Amino acid sequence: MITLNPSNKIAETRKLGTFHGGVHPPFHKDDSNKPAIKFAGIPKQLVLPLRQQLGSDAEPCVTVGENVYKGQLIAHLNHHEGALSANIHAPTSGTVSAISDHAIPHPSGLQANCIIIDTDGKDELSPELPCKPIGDYKTIPQNNLLERIQQAGIVGLGGAAFPTAVKLAGSQNSKIKTLIINGAECEPYITCDDRLMREKSAEIISGIKIVLHLINAEECLIGIEDNKPEAIEAMRLATVNETHIEVISIPTIYPSGGEKQLIKILTGKEVPSGGLPSELGLLSQNVATAFSIYQAVIEGQPLISRIITVTGNGVLHPQNFEVLIGTSFAYLAEQAGGTTKMADHLIMGGPMMGFALEDDNIPIVKATNCALFTSSTALRESNPAFSSQATMPCIRCGKCMDVCPANLLPQQLYWHIRAKDLEKAQQHNLKDCIDCGCCSYVCPSHIPLVDYYRFAKIELREQRIAQEKADISRERHEFLLYRKERDKRERDEKRAAHKAQLQAKKAALAKKKAESGDTTETAKDTSKADAIKAAVARAKEKKVAREKEPPKGSERKRSAVRKNNKKDNES
Amino acid sequence: MKFKTNTSPFFSSENNVRSVMLQVLIALIPGTLVVAYFYGWGILINVALSVFFALALEALALILRKRPVLPFLGDFSALITGWLLALALPPLIPWWVIFVGVFFAIIVAKHLYGGLGYNPFNPAMVGFAVLIISFPLELTQWIQAGHISAISTLNQIQPLGFLESIKSVLGIAASAPDWDAITMATPLDAVKTGLRAGTPYSDIISQSPYLAKTPSNTWLWSGLAFTLGGLWLLYKKVIHWQIPVALITSLIIISGLFHLFSSDTYATPLLHVFSGATILAAFFIATDPVSASTTPTGKILYGAGIGLLIYIIRTWGNYPDAVAFAVLIMNMAVPTIDYYTQPRTFGYGSAIRKSHSKQPSTKEENKS
Repeated sequence: MITLNPSNKIAETRKLGTFHGGVHPPFHKDDSNKPAIKFAGIPKQLVLPLRQQLGSDAEPCVTVGENVYKGQLIAHLNHHEGALSANIHAPTSGTVSAISDHAIPHPSGLQANCIIIDTDGKDELSPELPCKPIGDYKTIPQNNLLERIQQAGIVGLGGAAFPTAVKLAGSQNSKIKTLIINGAECEPYITCDDRLMREKSAEIISGIKIVLHLINAEECLIGIEDNKPEAIEAMRLATVNETHIEVISIPTIYPSGGEKQLIKILTGKEVPSGGLPSELGLLSQNVATAFSIYQAVIEGQPLISRIITVTGNGVLHPQNFEVLIGTSFAYLAEQAGGTTKMADHLIMGGPMMGFALEDDNIPIVKATNCALFTSSTALRESNPAFSSQATMPCIRCGKCMDVCPANLLPQQLYWHIRAKDLEKAQQHNLKDCIDCGCCSYVCPSHIPLVDYYRFAKIELREQRIAQEKADISRERHEFLLYRKERDKRERDEKRAAHKAQLQAKKAALAKKKAESGDTTETAKDTSKADAIKAAVARAKEKKVAREKEPPKGSERKRSAVRKNNKKDNES
Repeated sequence: MKFKTNTSPFFSSENNVRSVMLQVLIALIPGTLVVAYFYGWGILINVALSVFFALALEALALILRKRPVLPFLGDFSALITGWLLALALPPLIPWWVIFVGVFFAIIVAKHLYGGLGYNPFNPAMVGFAVLIISFPLELTQWIQAGHISAISTLNQIQPLGFLESIKSVLGIAASAPDWDAITMATPLDAVKTGLRAGTPYSDIISQSPYLAKTPSNTWLWSGLAFTLGGLWLLYKKVIHWQIPVALITSLIIISGLFHLFSSDTYATPLLHVFSGATILAAFFIATDPVSASTTPTGKILYGAGIGLLIYIIRTWGNYPDAVAFAVLIMNMAVPTIDYYTQPRTFGYGSAIRKSHSKQPSTKEENKS
């Protein structure tokens, strides 16, 4: 399917797939993509949340008052089975001043357990590096490489912060043919991947090759939106001699950087609803993740910093910084020339899918790709008079439907959720909504549609949990009834058998008596005794048969569920 | 430093209900002007009165319902309802007929159901249906078109001036107009009565002052003008293509089939498309998003259904035109159509219903 050309020029003629819908908001990329990436510096204090992704907390392995070196492991991942967490390292040298609750970047303004480091400014490396640079990664076993990625605390830097080692380990089992590298960066304002690709293309490619080696994939497709011509050029230059890595320029449209959307564009394939790209032999990684894999393996540096776009009309000099994990947003704003009067909002991530922070004394985490300081008016495309316009009723104009990248009917979902008819919302595939916000963006009635979907999804999840609990207790109750009945039956059978035995004895006695008496009566008695014997045998047989099919919990559960499902299908 | 919080997406486009409705108003202008050119001041007075009543009743309803008046008046939806209803009424119709129609459209069909966005039926068509059932005489008195030499010289009719028109509408004219002299059957009416009387179709056409020659076919010209407006709406993406295309196509197919079957007893597709309110319905009435089907496939079914019903009612029903009834009947079918025509969601096979039944989570919910 893919013709590989050493110069990669073939990419221009590749037939790309498209997804339904999408929007073209003002992208504001030029605000911040001109200056080169600058190191943001070492702030006085770093706050490192123990959990920086969905899952569990990492476990601190330093104590308050302890001196730490740059790159030293300060919290190790949770080793419990099924726990999702990642190692955390000290981004610079200093003293652990506290391990306590601190505000973290969270849509609800939550506090969580954090390691707080007072930095000493020396940026001293640990004398014994936890991660030593690996020269030739091809010579060491794949599992050791994977272990290194895990040690380095690498998570997906595209936004979800899923532990990369877990993702890669999962992909080793399923046959991956193509590695998809996401350099689309479709969110407005964000340019960190753009700058990274321009400046560190060789390192990214090196990271990509490590991943290709790790998962034994045949080829790699790098998707970059065509509003980043410099990044495309730089990446193409870096892949001139790579026959298995292709840089593909894709049309600029939000949300082309959504995992499933990008896969559709690059390969024309649709990841099945509820499924994973690995089912199609695909694995996707963000460019920044590839870069940090390079750093971890080749340079031996764990994930202690990342590139962040600081932008918006709320800061004087929007630009990209290399930022130590744990740096506060306030410090970042200072580095970008300080906030202006227009800084009404602070948004972590982009304006389409990011979330607002109430305070800037909050640390950046591994998943932070953008700090957007902006005025309320700048967020509206046009006349600010309309921005304060109240929400109007839905007129079912269908603009949301036209832009939905999941090809849902947002207007119908909204209608049903408003009526609290969540069942109907499910039948309209609510779960396939990716929260991209295109519908809210275009809505002429300014209805916060995504909020309705979020609400309904949470509501449904809670209903499901409650339903599962109810199912378990119902099963228990049914089993109790079954057991009672079984015990009763067993008792009855025992009694019957006992009775039969007694009768048999009686019959035997009668037989003895009869032997002395006349013959006809004996014959009669014999037949009676035979009948009794047969009854006893039958009872025994039944008992054996019953013991052969013991009511195993798991099996019973499954059959009960099957039964329920059947009932549901009928109803 | 503290910041305002909100939920994503923080961006929003310049779209708003008012600008959507404004496009519809702009698109109505060419058609309205062409009709006014042929039928004089009467139609403009109709529009002005109807719009005035619509806005006044909308404001009244909003006040009674304790809703903010200005944002809802400013969305122009009542204005469009009034305008569309006026276009469907004959010129010089008495003011109180217009008032009754607008009352049923705005108060009964719209606000009693919950106002903007909640009306299952197209308000303008509800108003029209009430009128044609209640005042059939007033609604069929289409005055003769002026400005057409063939007609005006034939009957020596001068189009009424502005003041005379107003007086006539308000019922304060010194002498009531001689309706028999100045009105005439609409093409659809003429064809219907002609066909019922057994006159061959071609004879009816050649005898009709409107239909005999293309330049005097006022319905054709106004239809083309409304088509222009409709194309503007399509270009501006205010309406989707499915409803107008399906409506006109289905009407052409069914009328074409019958006309081929017996050209003397069934009218041509051209007559069906370019007379009565077909074009207006296709682009402006059936496309009312609130009461129309909302899915892409559903819109095709909905539009085709209206086209079919228009033909059936026009040909075998008692009313000369059928747009209002066709639209209202299909309005009733919308919830069902919408449910069964959901598009294929991303990541599903072609049969979306099938993949549904595979999912245990939806089964759980189906229990009740």
